Amino acid sequence: MNQLDFGIVIERWDELLHGVALTLALSTAGIVCSLIIGVIGVAMHRTKNPLLQAPVIAFVELIRNTPFLIQLFFLFFALPLLGVRLNPTITAIIALAINGGAYSIEIIRGGVESIPRGQIEAGAALGLSSTQIFRDIVLIPALRAIYPALSSQFILLTLTSSVCSSISASELTHFAQRIESETFRSFEVYFTITGLYLLISWLIMTALSSIGRRHFSYPN
Amino acid sequence: MNAFGLPEILFLLQGLKWTVLLTIISFIGGGVIGLLIALARVSTSPVIQRLAAAYIALFQGTPLLMQLFIIYYGLALLQINVDAWIAVSFAYTAHASAFLGDIWRGTIQSLPRGQTEAANALSLGYVSRMRDIILPQALKISLPATIGFAVQLTKGTSLAAIVGFIELARAGQIVSNLIFQPLLVFGIVGLIYFAICWPMSIWGTRMERRMSRNHA
Repeated sequence: MNQLDFGIVIERWDELLHGVALTLALSTAGIVCSLIIGVIGVAMHRTKNPLLQAPVIAFVELIRNTPFLIQLFFLFFALPLLGVRLNPTITAIIALAINGGAYSIEIIRGGVESIPRGQIEAGAALGLSSTQIFRDIVLIPALRAIYPALSSQFILLTLTSSVCSSISASELTHFAQRIESETFRSFEVYFTITGLYLLISWLIMTALSSIGRRHFSYPN
Repeated sequence: MNAFGLPEILFLLQGLKWTVLLTIISFIGGGVIGLLIALARVSTSPVIQRLAAAYIALFQGTPLLMQLFIIYYGLALLQINVDAWIAVSFAYTAHASAFLGDIWRGTIQSLPRGQTEAANALSLGYVSRMRDIILPQALKISLPATIGFAVQLTKGTSLAAIVGFIELARAGQIVSNLIFQPLLVFGIVGLIYFAICWPMSIWGTRMERRMSRNHA
């Protein structure tokens, strides 16, 4: 038992690669939903209507100051009580979306607030339509400003998705735990998937920064 | 038996004690090693610099849960028999050192180069330059981010529950399994974390605002 033996990892390599694909799918779904929550949250916050603002602030503070694991467990047990029966993977996506959503609201809000009012007024003075003002003066510059922060938030969410193994969601860590419990090769299995996670975050980072260079950076 | 009473509350508080201890131990340990990492990261030797950068990238590019698993099972594989709390403290210390090292690397590099040049012109040695000029300023600027990381670390200790270490989250799981009231128990556990993390977050945000106002 004390000898390292990576044979089992090679033997079940296909299963691990399948896990990588599922982790990518799980986190992509979580990221997309978290962005939607982020945009809706910021829109609610910007209405200046206390009835819409207060829930957003409470949501952000509550989620950012409690562990993801507890949020995941709470949701896992709360949904069936509400009569909603979902498989663990869907529950995991909802939990990731809620957690990432709170951070996205903070990041997007920061970006939108960084646009000076004078810039919007200047757009209006130049006779731009409100759609043009929103797209070219608010949205795109704001996205440029927050793109790096949003990118690292996406990677963090992907790494956090490993915690979803604790409700048996289908992803890489869960597959690794299954292999581990059948073979007792804990170190070898976790060492290998740590390398796979490193590869995943490197891939996402490379993809995001090349998208960023092309679409979200200022000329030269 | 099947109710949330005093024994259950005491058991959760027992778990809370470990959450707090684990956070403090790894924050202090991570702070000491993190300072060395930050200094290595801004070192003039490219080899040391790259090693420190790799160390930081390794911890920032892998899930905290895997860091915990690898150190926990790695120690077992090396036949190092230590108490569970030592093993998890070790893992969180390593994790914290990489993140704190990167935060402090950032604030050291944010200082104007003139500071270093002036210290050199005064022929201050490395130790004096760092101890008396660079670090006091860099650490002060880093306070909001450092407090933010302390919040992340406190929440992160909940993952020790997955390797079976009985801190607050694991205590919550055990109580929940015992009295079959998961929503009540995890609600209370969540509120306890919130009661610890929220004041820290507010403190960090206020400090950040005050600093940016002073700079404006």
